[in-house]
Order: sequence, then C-alpha cells, then structure tokens
Amino acid sequence: MRAIAPILVAMAVLAAVPLITASNVVLNFAVMVLLIALVGQGWNLLGGYGGQYSFGHAAFFGTGAYATAILQMQYGVNAWLGFGFGIAAGALVGAAIGALSFRSGLRGSYFALVTLAFAEVLRIIASVAPITGAGVGTLIKLDLRPEAFQFQGRAPFYWILLGLVGASLILVRAIEGSRFGAYLVAVRENEDAAKAMGVDATLIKLGAMTISAAMTAAGGCFYAQYFLFIDAGIAYGPWISVEALLAPIIGGIGTVFGPLLGALVIKTVGEVTKLMTGDAPGLDLVIYGCVLILVIAFAPRGIAGIADDLRQRFRSHRTAAPATPAALEHGRG
Amino acid sequence: MLSPVILVPAVLNGLMTGALYALVALGLTLIYGVLHIINFAHGALLTAAMFAAFFAYRLLGLDPYIAAVILTPLFFLLGYGLQRFVIGPASHGDDRNILLVTLGLAVVIENALLYTFRADTRTINLPYAFDVVEIGTAFLAVPRVVAFGATIVVALCLWLIMQWTDTGRAIRAVAKEKLGAELAGIKVAHIYAVTFGLGTACLAIAACLLIPSYYVNPGAGNAFVLIAFTVVVLGGMGSVVGALLGGLFVGVVESLSGLYLGESLGQIGIFVMFILVLLFRPNGLFGERA
Repeated sequence: MRAIAPILVAMAVLAAVPLITASNVVLNFAVMVLLIALVGQGWNLLGGYGGQYSFGHAAFFGTGAYATAILQMQYGVNAWLGFGFGIAAGALVGAAIGALSFRSGLRGSYFALVTLAFAEVLRIIASVAPITGAGVGTLIKLDLRPEAFQFQGRAPFYWILLGLVGASLILVRAIEGSRFGAYLVAVRENEDAAKAMGVDATLIKLGAMTISAAMTAAGGCFYAQYFLFIDAGIAYGPWISVEALLAPIIGGIGTVFGPLLGALVIKTVGEVTKLMTGDAPGLDLVIYGCVLILVIAFAPRGIAGIADDLRQRFRSHRTAAPATPAALEHGRG
Repeated sequence: MLSPVILVPAVLNGLMTGALYALVALGLTLIYGVLHIINFAHGALLTAAMFAAFFAYRLLGLDPYIAAVILTPLFFLLGYGLQRFVIGPASHGDDRNILLVTLGLAVVIENALLYTFRADTRTINLPYAFDVVEIGTAFLAVPRVVAFGATIVVALCLWLIMQWTDTGRAIRAVAKEKLGAELAGIKVAHIYAVTFGLGTACLAIAACLLIPSYYVNPGAGNAFVLIAFTVVVLGGMGSVVGALLGGLFVGVVESLSGLYLGESLGQIGIFVMFILVLLFRPNGLFGERA
C-alpha cells in the first residue's frame, strides 16, 4: 500500500481536472499527455528497466488501434471487447517480434534496427492492404453511447484513460518490487552476468516486451476510440515511436513516474511551439529532437534525476546547518 | 520470362542502382566499423545533402557533378563537427546514448527540412538526364552509369586513404584497439570525428549522383538508408568490401523482384530480406564474426 500511495495521490489529483474545467482545449491537452504517458510507460518497462531500446513501438500502438477499429467496423464486435482484443493483438505482436529478435541474440543497435524495420513493414502493409482501408484509412462510425465506448463530452474519455495510466503505474511499481523486475534490471545492467547467475535472460526480456507492447497497444486502442480515425501514418508512423521513448527519457528513464512527467513536458513544449509559430509541420519535432539531445547530454537521468539531485543537496544542506559541534563535524566529513 | 533480352537489362539496371546503395552503405559501414554505432542520422543527412545539391543547381546553376566538388568537403566538415561537438560530448561514451543522440539528430534535421521546405517533392531537369548508353540489348541512363563509375572510384579512394595515409592507419588502429591507439598517441576523438566526416562526405557524393535522376523531399533519404541498413547488415557491419558487394546484390534483387512482383511488393521484399538477415545472419552473409 505504501509503495502505491504516491500513485493513488497523483491519480486523485489528476481525476479532479475535468471537475475544475470543462474547456475542451484543456481536456484535449490532458488526454494527449496521458496517452503519451501510457505509451511511454510501455517503452519505459522494456527500455528503462530492461535496457532494450526499441525504435519501433509504433508497431504495437498501430496494431492496437487497427485491431479495435477493424473488429468494430468490419466484424461488428462490441467496442469494449474490441479494446480488449486490441490490447491482446498488440501483446501478441510484441511477443512475436521479441521471440524472433531475442532468440537470435539481437542487442543494442541491432534490436533498435529490427524493431524499426518491423514497424516500417507494418506501416507499408497497412498503407496498401484493403482491410485497413489502405491509403484512405479506417473510420469508426459515430455512435455516442457508452456501450459503444463513445461519450458526449471528453471527461469520460479522460477518466477511462486516467484509469489505464493509473493501472500502468501500479503495474510497473509492482514489477519494480518483484523478482521479475529484479531480473529485468539485472539483464539491463549486465546480461552475461545475469545469465551466469541463472537468469533466463531471453524469457525475462520476452516477458517485458509482451507487457510493454500491451501497454502501448492500449494507447493505440484508446487513440482509435477517441479520434475515431486512423491511417497508416498515424497508427504505424515514426512519430509515436519517437514520443514513446522521449517521454520516459525526459521524465526519468527507468522510474515509475518518468513517462508521466516527460509526457507533460513534451506536450507542453509542443503546445507552446504551436501557439508561437502557428501550426507549422515539423517544428514541434525539431524541438523534441533538440530536447532529447540536451537531456542526454546534461541530465541523463531526466527530470526524476534532477529532482533526486536537488533533494540530496537540500538534505546535505539541512544536516550541515545546525551549529552543534557534532553536526559541524558531520557536515565537514 | 527468363529470356536474356529482359533479364540482362534488369540485372544491369539493378547493378547501377545497387552502386548508389553501396555508396550510402559505405558511409554507414565506415562509421560502424570504427565507432561501433549505427548512425540513425544517416538518412536525414542524405536528405540534407540532396537538398543542398538541389539548391546548388537551382540557385547557383551548378551542375550536380560540379557541386559534388564543393559539397563533399562541406559535408565532411559537417560530419566532423557533429561527431566532435554534438554526438561525442552528448553521449558520454555510452552506446545506448549514442543511439538516442543520432536518432535525435535525425528527427531534428528531417523536421527542420520539413518545416523549411514543406513536404513538396522537387526535381531538377538536366539536359543529359534522359540520355542513354547502349550496352548490348540494354539501354542505361547516363546519370546511372556515371553514378556506377563514381561509386567505384570513391570506394577505391577510400581504400587508398585507409591503406596508405597516416590518417587511414590511425582510423584502422582505433577500429581495432581503441585504448591501444590512444596510448600510442592517436587522438581518438579526432579520429572518430574524421571517420564520421568521411561517412557524411560519402553521402554528399551520393546525393549529387542521385539528384539528376531522382527527386528530393524531406523523407527522400530514408528510403535509401533503410536499404543501406540492409546492405550493411548483409555485407557484415564494418566491412567496406561487404558494403560494396551487398549494395550491388540488393540492387539486383530489387530490380528482379520489381520485374516479377511489381513495384510496391518489391519495397516490402527489401524489408523482409532485411529482417530475415538481421534475425538469422546478423554478422552478414560474408562478414567476419563481430
């Protein structure tokens, strides 16, 4: 309970947002922040805790989005059920790609390359296959009933997404404290050493990738349901792969709250850029790219790392402050 | 279907295209061989070079083949600067960080181009663009024949630099044994940057060879670089000969699969080949063990 208390507090605070404002602009912004937080949390589990940097998380996002949309529109499946299937489909794609790459021993740059290639293959297939609507894209019919996972206002969407983000935070916190999480970090720190200690590295990475893909796919399912339209460029495009890794890296890689903090930062930066320059294509990504390089150069542990350093500095100040001889000694030491 | 009248031109054309793939791959493999990183900014830098060649023609009236003489040293400097002052210092020597920094650079360059020039596709019209050379039953476009010849020359020059100059020896020393090279007085940061510069210079040449017969838009370079990744993996990461042979091979495969399967499937064919090679022969078909 103590481990998840901060998560519950954060969720409770965030849940109040639609009660304070009914502005669509604010809610839209908040939804995008949470969406990237969810997608980024998926990347964070595999990349942050497991050290496997994927450059193709769009593969899972897009699969979730397309599965939800296609099941509803072409097979008449209920939207909520479709959402579940979408997550499962994403997890399956993650498990398949993971099994292929990890069993072939792909690490580091090679893993990044192969994930990128898979996302590109899926994008090309989605842009020509008839079932995805090819170049036109897939539209989900407007049907404003809660049974159809569609609502009048944006607040219900927001709360559902907040629930998903909360669940992902709790899940990652639980993994962090579990044996599986310890193995995963061991694999990140030194895969060969972990193997020598008896950790089945391939299985651990595979597990992490499957859960990671499921989280990111949930983001994709939500995207389809919220915007009611997807095409190959949105679903499998590089933008989502980039934002998925940006959020945790900026917020604090391998930390529970990193993706949420990072998503807030990049979406704020994106909005400010839009306000200052109009809706020019590309400029927000130019800034994201610069932020990525700057963060790696000057704050490799992200916002969480900076916060940690500040807290420690503050603490050492406090212990040094009292003028008792003992404390002074301690302060000098 | 297999009559030599169709097959021979397809293979020859494939070789011409393959030479350009090889040139792009040459830069990539050079950087990998020395720095042991995959440069994800390679595609964006190629696009930038293509824009540079385009505007050299449009604004200054420079023929792309003449522009190459100016753009190649410029891009060498650009690559040198990027590695020396951005990638090197920003990544603190950690491989994962280097990956992310080059990805960040790719995002910045590509979208800066998109922002400045929008998504429009641009082409230039050169008087000789549609001239052909006749070899047996095959008609080959002049720009592609020039590109083929130039690639061979560039590869030869690179080989000579590597074999016979002090810089080349230093590059080979750093590639083999970084710490030992450093102890011997070689400035590793400088050599890294020189290698990155050479790789980027290859792109400038490739861009000037491409622009007479190809178009440019902010995503143009990426198509080539994904193929170049395939080529590099196929030929063995870091192997210059592998990149050359791999490039020619991929060019021929693409040309033949385009002939038998149609254009759009040909594109997927390359990716599928890429994934299969990555999964089953990550050290390349004729590469040494990594």
